[in-house]
Amino acid sequence: MDELRDLYQEVILDHNKNPKNYFQMDEATHSAEGHNPLCGDQVEVFLKVDNERIIDISFQGHGCAISKAASSVMTTMLKGKTITEAKKLFEKYQHLITAEMSEAVDLHEYGHLAVFAGVREFPMRVKCASLSWHTMLQALEEKKEIATTE
Amino acid sequence: MNTTLQQFNVEKIRTDFPILQQEVHGKPLVYLDNAATSQTPTVVIEALQKYYREYNSNVHRGVHRLSHIATDAYEGAREKVRRFLNASSLQEIIFTKGTTDGINLLASSIGRGLIKPGDEIVISAMEHHSNIVPWQLMCEDRGARLRVIPINDDGEIIFEAYEDLLNERTKLVSIVHTSNSLGTVNPLRQIIDLAHNKNVPVLVDGAQAVPHTAVDLRALDCDFFVFSSHKVFGPTGVGVLYGKKEWLEKLPPYQGGGDMILNVTFAGTKFNELPYKFEAGTPNIADVIGLGVALDYVQQIGYDAISSWENELIQYALKRLQEIEGLRFIGNAKHRAGAISFVLENIHPHDIGTILDREGVAVRTGHHCTQPVMQCFKVPATTRASFAFYNTKEEIDLLIKALYKVIEMFS
Repeated sequence: MDELRDLYQEVILDHNKNPKNYFQMDEATHSAEGHNPLCGDQVEVFLKVDNERIIDISFQGHGCAISKAASSVMTTMLKGKTITEAKKLFEKYQHLITAEMSEAVDLHEYGHLAVFAGVREFPMRVKCASLSWHTMLQALEEKKEIATTE
Repeated sequence: MNTTLQQFNVEKIRTDFPILQQEVHGKPLVYLDNAATSQTPTVVIEALQKYYREYNSNVHRGVHRLSHIATDAYEGAREKVRRFLNASSLQEIIFTKGTTDGINLLASSIGRGLIKPGDEIVISAMEHHSNIVPWQLMCEDRGARLRVIPINDDGEIIFEAYEDLLNERTKLVSIVHTSNSLGTVNPLRQIIDLAHNKNVPVLVDGAQAVPHTAVDLRALDCDFFVFSSHKVFGPTGVGVLYGKKEWLEKLPPYQGGGDMILNVTFAGTKFNELPYKFEAGTPNIADVIGLGVALDYVQQIGYDAISSWENELIQYALKRLQEIEGLRFIGNAKHRAGAISFVLENIHPHDIGTILDREGVAVRTGHHCTQPVMQCFKVPATTRASFAFYNTKEEIDLLIKALYKVIEMFS
């Protein structure tokens, strides 16, 4: 059960129950839809960008606890960040959730994202944890296609 | 001791399956994902080994000793399949890569051979993607129309709607025998009779039927039947398409190549007779032989014994699952087999699947390649426990115990 507790930390379960920034943003400047074809998870990410800075971000959709918490935490982390900062943070986050178990990871560097460190013990769940981030990037790049985790 | 246990020695049967003797994450494996793929008994594994160790060679062409043995074993498997299905002729048994391949073969050949713009194909709302997409592709190509029989809240087809869909434009009804995501067993007798009254042929997707029930094609009288080896305790990568001879003779070949020809010149090619007309290229010889051994094995246990044991398992599982607060079944058909799908209030199936896995319990979570079914029931996904004759009531107890752990974690 220890690895399970690593994965399903209280913070993640809380975000799953009461996700932050969970609404449809009508005044969004950017938005995109993301699908995980494997499990049918679906998320829509909305951003309001002004002068290369994310001034508001929200999401909607359905998915597992990991995917919902990942979306929720992402929105709290990215509000106020520049687009470049957001992209950098995604790279860092991806490393956190996919790093080899043998690799030492300094959790202090990750702030609120650190709660997702347990994901790397569950390779099948990496896609759940990254779908909303891929979708956020897709929205920023204003691509018309739907983002997928494939 | 109860009577079924005396007739059906499940513990002894389990020793035939080496894969079941292992631990997963330090817990005994509880394999309840049989609708995705079934496990392989030692006799089948040994048959595959024997083929590669002793007589691996190509069929239907060599004059040498090994080719002769391989051809006999390959064609022997065809006879085993014929007997298994109670088909009338070996010419009606075509080896494919699997159920999906069989349906694609038919969609392609029927499309090119029989379908004109405006024609209609009828399927049901509970089909697997493999019995939807090939028909969509073909209909798009031929300007035909795909019609769908709706299902009710219990996951049963609505018969009156089916009757209304059949008309003079209907060229084929393609229907699942047993649903992989709902466990529904369809009333095939009535479905086939109604289609035949209007001279419409019927394809039955038997992938989820053959692991649980005996099939008698001469009694069923469907025109086509498909199934996969790996769902009936055989190897992956092989399946069977049965077709009535009069239909198969009418249809154009699917793929061209070696083995499916009688004579090739650049002016034209004369196709081989049935069933070889539909078996282009070197077939999956070892796995076809393995399938034959698997069918022998399952018939030795006997479908009467299998059905009654599995029915006992399913009734027990339904009863135990019902005790869980907040659990809702997806699919409540009166006649069911194989699988039980359910959702837990406020807990996503993927989270359930991950936690069950850590308890050693293997189930399927997701849409089970039946997204339209999920849309019918307005759920994104379900958790599915699916059974085989080697499962036990103790394993169901472990599933229930693990589900309580899920609920505890999310409470």
